[in-house]
Amino acid sequence: MTTAPAADEVTDEVAPAKPTRGKRFDLRERPELILVPAVFVVLVAAWEFLIPLLGIGDYVLPRPSRIVEALGQQLGNALFWQHLEVTVRESIIGFLIGVGTALVLGTAISQVSLVEKTLMPYIVAFQTVPKVALAPLFVVWFGFGITSKIVMAAVISFFPMLVNVIEGLRAADADRIQMLTVFGASKLQIFRMVRLPSAMPFIFAGLDIGIVFSILGAVVGEFIGAKEGLGYLLLQTNYNFDIAGMFAVLIVLSVLGLIAHFIIRFAQRKFAFWAEESRVIAA
Amino acid sequence: MSLRTTGRPDVDTASVPADEEKWINIASLNKVYQARRSAPTHALSDITFSVRRGEFISVVGPSGCGKTTLLKILAGIVKRSSGEVRIAGADVTGPLPQVGMVFQAATLLPWRTVLQNVMVPVEVQGLDKNRYRERARELLRMVGLAEFENSYPYELSGGMQQRAGICRALVHDPAVLLMDEPFGALDAMTREYMNVELLRIWAESGQTIVLVTHSIPEAVFLSDRVIVLSPRPGRIAEIIDIDLDRPRELSVMSSDRAGVYVDRIRRHFNASVID
Repeated sequence: MTTAPAADEVTDEVAPAKPTRGKRFDLRERPELILVPAVFVVLVAAWEFLIPLLGIGDYVLPRPSRIVEALGQQLGNALFWQHLEVTVRESIIGFLIGVGTALVLGTAISQVSLVEKTLMPYIVAFQTVPKVALAPLFVVWFGFGITSKIVMAAVISFFPMLVNVIEGLRAADADRIQMLTVFGASKLQIFRMVRLPSAMPFIFAGLDIGIVFSILGAVVGEFIGAKEGLGYLLLQTNYNFDIAGMFAVLIVLSVLGLIAHFIIRFAQRKFAFWAEESRVIAA
Repeated sequence: MSLRTTGRPDVDTASVPADEEKWINIASLNKVYQARRSAPTHALSDITFSVRRGEFISVVGPSGCGKTTLLKILAGIVKRSSGEVRIAGADVTGPLPQVGMVFQAATLLPWRTVLQNVMVPVEVQGLDKNRYRERARELLRMVGLAEFENSYPYELSGGMQQRAGICRALVHDPAVLLMDEPFGALDAMTREYMNVELLRIWAESGQTIVLVTHSIPEAVFLSDRVIVLSPRPGRIAEIIDIDLDRPRELSVMSSDRAGVYVDRIRRHFNASVID
């Protein structure tokens, strides 16, 4: 990990050039910049023109143009934005609760072996429960309102975060810990100066999975019983055979997930800039 | 503020008055590793020597002779089995604030800038940051890293990282500088260059240095005295005074006198394996 970036350089001791930021796009080096949109255009075009040719009805698989139309209708509807707001709120609150709990518990588990020994069997056991299957239970316990969805989002984002926090806090390099020990660092100082920063890439991996999972949790909760939210809207469009409308909601959900993902990635580049590639542990 | 060491012998607790002649004092030191299910390993046996204040000594020996163990005992991260170990009068029972250490790998923290890395001992020991920041900058200037104080370790070459590691070990003005194979990971030419650099830094800072190394020529080139350890259990085979004029340049190594020292040390290893 700490090997020099320029081991092949010999004696002249010239500093390696600082990596230039904002490299210019060279299409010959990055063909994907053309290929990815090209594939998209081809797929959408094929979809658009094959559907009527094959005689598939819009109530089974609507054409992209219909979906765009439906999306436009939804975006122009004030009610839609209310549904969106509810789901976003459930996801964010659930995410913060789930991830916050995981952070505290994960720290305790990784640092205090008694806590680990006591709690780990329960956590492993609970981890094997398919969390989504708990949604009906939460609706019974917490009602049709926003609470049951928040609980669902929290529970489902908790585990990937917990695993990453525990793993991350254990990932600290032994040499770095020894270095701090020699200089007289206390356990708390070692935690703050080495363990926590070492865990950052893992924590961000946990946040990344957690935020996407929390949206999933909120939507699943809304499926089971709700009067508002994008999950509810999805069911509504489904009941009405408004398949294009369903696709429109799915697109909105995907965009929501993408935005969340990019916010986390942006924060990661800012706060864990030293680790380019984070190791993701799926839970 | 001057880079010249004050050695900070004032920091310690249960201590005898610091003796300049026995700045480091090791008497009848033994180290036995007690493994759980196998026979105990005798790593160091009856080690006795002392180091003058401001002296540069090297410890060489075949691998497994316990020279790194000796250094870790001085650093306070390995407990001795018996004997006495004192640094600037202070009994070594744990890491002492008056010790600085340079490691095999530079072990810089990748999330800190070079200056922030150099400041680690200051932060850890709760010293006055503003005061020591100036010293840190001065040390970085001395090793030629002044323009890199705000760079991150990955932007530095291996030799530059190790120089930053040396600054870190010196920033809190320790009484003693311990070096564990500090140049082992560098290529041969960078290594020679770093040896010259180290002598220059030492000449300016005046620290007492204990260097553990695999390289006999390196030990001869740098040291006032070389302590040769025998294979396990590590005992002192010979302590050799290196009587070469200072300041030294690399060319001194092609002199006959240097060659004689190298041969004399090497002869100890003829019967054993050197790595």
